[in-house]
Amino acid sequence: MKKILTLSTALTAVGFTAAAQEVTVMSWGGAYTVSQVEAYHKPFTAETGIKVVSVDADNPATPIKAMVEAGNVTIDVADVEYADAIRLCDEGLLEEIDPSILPPAPDGTPATDDFLPGALTDCAVASIVFSTVFAYDTTKFPEGPTSMADFFDLEGFPGKRGMRKGAKANLEMALMADGVPADEVYALLETDEGVAQAFAMLDKIKGDTIWWEAGAQPPQLLADGEVVMTTAYNGRIFAAQVAESKPFAIVWDGQVYEYDLFVIPKGAPNMESALEFVKFSTDTQRLADQAKWISYGPGRKSSGALVGLYQDGVTEMAPHMPTSAENLTNALASSYEFWVDRDSELNERFNAWLAQ
Amino acid sequence: MRGGLTTADGKPLKQALAHAQARAKRKALLLVVPLLAFILITFVMPIGQLLFRSIHNDGFSANMPQISAWFDETKAGDAPDEAAYAALVADIAAAAEARTIGVVGTRVNYELSGTRSLFTSAGRNAEDLQPPYREAMLDLNEKWGDPQLWGVMRSVSSAYSANFYLAALDLARDENGEIVRAPEDRRIYGMLFMRTLWLSALITGLCLILAYPVAHLLAVLPLAKSNLLMILVLLPFWTSLLVRTTSWMVMLQEQGVINNTLVALGLIGNESRIQMMYNQAGTIIAMTHILLPFMILPLYSVMRPINPSYVRAARSLGATSWTAFRRVYLPQTLPGIGAGALLVFILSVGYYITPALVGGASGQLISNLIAYHMQDSLNWSLAAALAALLLAGVLILYWLYDRLIGIDNLKLG
Repeated sequence: MKKILTLSTALTAVGFTAAAQEVTVMSWGGAYTVSQVEAYHKPFTAETGIKVVSVDADNPATPIKAMVEAGNVTIDVADVEYADAIRLCDEGLLEEIDPSILPPAPDGTPATDDFLPGALTDCAVASIVFSTVFAYDTTKFPEGPTSMADFFDLEGFPGKRGMRKGAKANLEMALMADGVPADEVYALLETDEGVAQAFAMLDKIKGDTIWWEAGAQPPQLLADGEVVMTTAYNGRIFAAQVAESKPFAIVWDGQVYEYDLFVIPKGAPNMESALEFVKFSTDTQRLADQAKWISYGPGRKSSGALVGLYQDGVTEMAPHMPTSAENLTNALASSYEFWVDRDSELNERFNAWLAQ
Repeated sequence: MRGGLTTADGKPLKQALAHAQARAKRKALLLVVPLLAFILITFVMPIGQLLFRSIHNDGFSANMPQISAWFDETKAGDAPDEAAYAALVADIAAAAEARTIGVVGTRVNYELSGTRSLFTSAGRNAEDLQPPYREAMLDLNEKWGDPQLWGVMRSVSSAYSANFYLAALDLARDENGEIVRAPEDRRIYGMLFMRTLWLSALITGLCLILAYPVAHLLAVLPLAKSNLLMILVLLPFWTSLLVRTTSWMVMLQEQGVINNTLVALGLIGNESRIQMMYNQAGTIIAMTHILLPFMILPLYSVMRPINPSYVRAARSLGATSWTAFRRVYLPQTLPGIGAGALLVFILSVGYYITPALVGGASGQLISNLIAYHMQDSLNWSLAAALAALLLAGVLILYWLYDRLIGIDNLKLG
């Protein structure tokens, strides 16, 4: 069964065999991919001579299963969310990455101590901390919404909303908007009542919400005036604010932050180059460089001190980071343990809710 | 004359003919073999394999051999004994070692939500478990004693299962194995199948109403003019689907061309812009436009050869223009209507990209959910079951069409 599938896809793939000195990296597109190309890909090629091919996906975790099952893996490295990294690893779809091969911090601290807690797992190495926040158009609301609850308040802040089409982060935000303290969100979501409470909150804005799928969509929806406020990945909004001078503002209240990690799909065609790439890209300097291009926090402690100005040379990065103290007053660390188990169940429920 | 016709050497004519033609037939067959092989390898086999997944999922049985064997030996309702727990622990430890424990947990989780973590967390601890295994497992998590969990494990210990079809029909099995409707907040597919069929029928109707006069105009105009107009039909037909859909997004947006024009003309206020996209209206408008050529072309090819003197004759015999159209012209165009309607309907039943981009939540079709299970949730068995049901539905409609109108009565060009 699997063999025949392998055969038929292999036949179609004959023409696409990669050249020897090449590594294909799949990421999320838009401003985020740009930051990776500048901070990782270009210096990597300059140092090793290995060409980096960049591919985009709405969520790079999803093509991996199809590729591995069909025996036709065309990418070497993928940038995925935490819960996906754990799930794919549990299902044997990823290569294990030994953390001891990762370069130590400049002061000699081994990588296992230098990375933030939980940033290294059996199959994945974290590069950044990103956050799902909500942002609004300052020309529409000069005073601006200030809390998560305002996002769900159609009377006080009329206009269309944008949200990611999926359960993750939306349910947490709905509960926080309903007054649930961040540290009780997941305990409540474990219960049927908690899930019902979150959906009841989402019901309030369902009729006025446009659902986005790719990370590049929300800044576009805001810029087009299709929505007046939308949830988004914080770095995308930052890029629109600073690089394109859009009148957007981020509300950090109720932000949901988590790691993005590098993984290597099982059977990646250029395994050695892929490992080299992961080692190179997650060293102290590269992770700090990455923050020069987009407002995502580096996954290593030693990189923090090296983060300074945006590439324009004037914008201080610290206040734009999800991990800076003033942005963390009411913030939630996304629980991978919760989402690894509940992802399929809650998304099923979310889809049924959406279609009704 | 007995034995029928014979050739000069006494052989029956039929045999001799067949013999003489056999070579030519073999040659003809050889010519189509590459095409047949191509279709078989790139079309029939992959689709067949994927549809096979709707009844076959060995995620549990292939990775948990010992406990599956125990289920084979015992019968439904048997309480799990120490041997069962020992087999379970051994399998979980092996699966954790082989990194397939996630596959096992996912398979059980399809049937009983919230069980995936039971398996993955047991996998992390399996090495340290000591006999008696029943107590050890219950210490880990008391859900391991749940009869419903054991019932589900028994049902997935066979790779073959009809449960994905049940799920695709918004049905489920309760603790006793009885088939019941899924909880209300989980029902989705039945509604989506109905919506898909209804929207497809609506779009087919709209296409017919819009295409009929256009095709008629093309058919009666002098060739030079009608060819020019035909280009206008074909040009969008040749343009990429994605380009046409995104062009519609530019037109239909709240800040888009149509709304801006209406506001500039003062027909609507700036605050009351019409929502024409991210809902069913968007799906209907964009799909009707995109599928329009599939209706115009068959209609045109049927209308072109219709002799205009028939209608003139009817008029001269006293028929009103409506009667002449209804009794004389329309019946002659029926094969074109049938072909166009069937083509548009079947295409729209499987439409995916356009509703995904402009349909918002209320304009999603069943194919969007199939795509979701293929690409996001990775529950390929459920996607295959949904696709098989959709295929069966289309075949039934095709069969009905054949019974009611007759498939010979169809003219595609």
